[in-house]
Amino acid sequence: MASTSPTIAGVGLADRPRASRVPARLDLLQSFTGGVLALFMWGHMFFVSTILVSKDFMWTVTRMFEGYFIFGKPYPGIVSVIVFGILVMFVAHAFLAVRKLPINFRQWQMYRGHMKVMKHEDTTLWWVQAITGFMLFFLVTVHLYQMLMHPGLIGPYESADRVWSGRWWPLYLVMLFAVELHGGIGLYRLAVKWGWFERGDADATRSALKKAKWALTVFFLALGLATLGAYMKIGYEHADRAGERYVPASVQQGAVK
Amino acid sequence: MTTTTIVKAPSTTPAPSATAARSGGVATGTKIRVHALRYNPQEPGSVPRMQTYELEQSEGMTLFIALNEIRETQDPTLQFDFVCRAGICGSCAMMVNGRPTLACRTLTRDVGPDITLAPLPVFELIGDLSVNTGKWMRGTSERLQAWLHGDAKARDINRLEERMEPELAEQLNELDRCVECGCCVASCGTARMRPDFVGAVGMAKIARFRLDPRDKRTDDDYYELVGTDDGVFGCMSLLACHDVCPKDLPLQTQIAFLRRKMAGKGWA
Repeated sequence: MASTSPTIAGVGLADRPRASRVPARLDLLQSFTGGVLALFMWGHMFFVSTILVSKDFMWTVTRMFEGYFIFGKPYPGIVSVIVFGILVMFVAHAFLAVRKLPINFRQWQMYRGHMKVMKHEDTTLWWVQAITGFMLFFLVTVHLYQMLMHPGLIGPYESADRVWSGRWWPLYLVMLFAVELHGGIGLYRLAVKWGWFERGDADATRSALKKAKWALTVFFLALGLATLGAYMKIGYEHADRAGERYVPASVQQGAVK
Repeated sequence: MTTTTIVKAPSTTPAPSATAARSGGVATGTKIRVHALRYNPQEPGSVPRMQTYELEQSEGMTLFIALNEIRETQDPTLQFDFVCRAGICGSCAMMVNGRPTLACRTLTRDVGPDITLAPLPVFELIGDLSVNTGKWMRGTSERLQAWLHGDAKARDINRLEERMEPELAEQLNELDRCVECGCCVASCGTARMRPDFVGAVGMAKIARFRLDPRDKRTDDDYYELVGTDDGVFGCMSLLACHDVCPKDLPLQTQIAFLRRKMAGKGWA
């Protein structure tokens, strides 16, 4: 491929005599980026849901990611680096996955008509995945840009103020459903696509995977809604002092001493 | 799509017996309605429409029996295909209540009393419920070179064939059970959107020859055939093919296997 001239590639003969390996790489990368992002979202949900335990616990987890317990002071830039990595992964995944979406009215019409008469769960779930994936192009980009530029504004009050006084909660609410549906279906599809966990009986494995998929989706949606509700409540109560940073009592006492 | 005609069964059919057993969803002796898509692409001005036929549910009635009864007693113009009536030839695949399946293996009591029939999509429509799956299958076989590529010595018919483990022979026989009915292609959302997609039948064929030690092709050779977005990498794992296959072929497993092997060539 490397030796192919632009002229040969330009007239569509670059694949002679050896088919391009790019489709294989794109397929692997699509699965890899999707898998990493879906697993990251599980971790992300656990981190943000620490607010349900206590403000101090959420503060501790946040500072941990900023290297506070290693360097003695927070470096929010570390968060920006992680966010940038996720952003790169996200853009790559979007770029790869968009190849699968219907790209014209004919394809849209074919799939919709097919889905309606077939009434086949996995066929319908793909449509849900396609719609939520399209929504995430926009929702995630906005969220990641905010996190990239203001990595230090994560914390019990900082996040709650953003959610409530900053009016981010509608975006987070829509994004929660889009992410959990998209990621859950995506992980299930990865498993059946590559034949993971298949031990002799593919049908039994798939049935178990489907049940696990729904159980995880419900669990993370419940956890996400509870978490968002908690931030909204804290933000509402803290609205008149929006912008004030959260400092745990233990740290305040330490500073006085 | 525009008009619906109802054709009643002639009254010569015997009255339902008082002892008609309810052997499934529809009791023997009750009326069933077959709503068939009628369209003749060869006839200028023909517009797709639904036509309804009423007939009586008989014991053990299959769609094969029902459609033949309709053609014999109500409407000789209705086009559909049958050869073996035993799920072997794969000719009678059609959309039954929205899903592709073999009409000869479908009991009307299980899918009635209202049964909607349509021709398989993707394939060239001959007329009404009849499609030319053969043309598509031949094209796919030629494109994928879906035949055994042995060495020249193997062509000597006086020579004993190489031995094969019975387990492997069974695996090959399992995949050879494909009757090329086209249900997997018609059920595939990817094939509906992208007409050049090889479909599960194409991938299963490649997986079958890859398993066969008599076929001397390598993964590089197979990659040339299915290593594209119209091949195995185009598959979106909707798995309707696996769910509708009338022969219960392990399509999910075979496609995943082929995908792993072909993806392995990505950096090789």
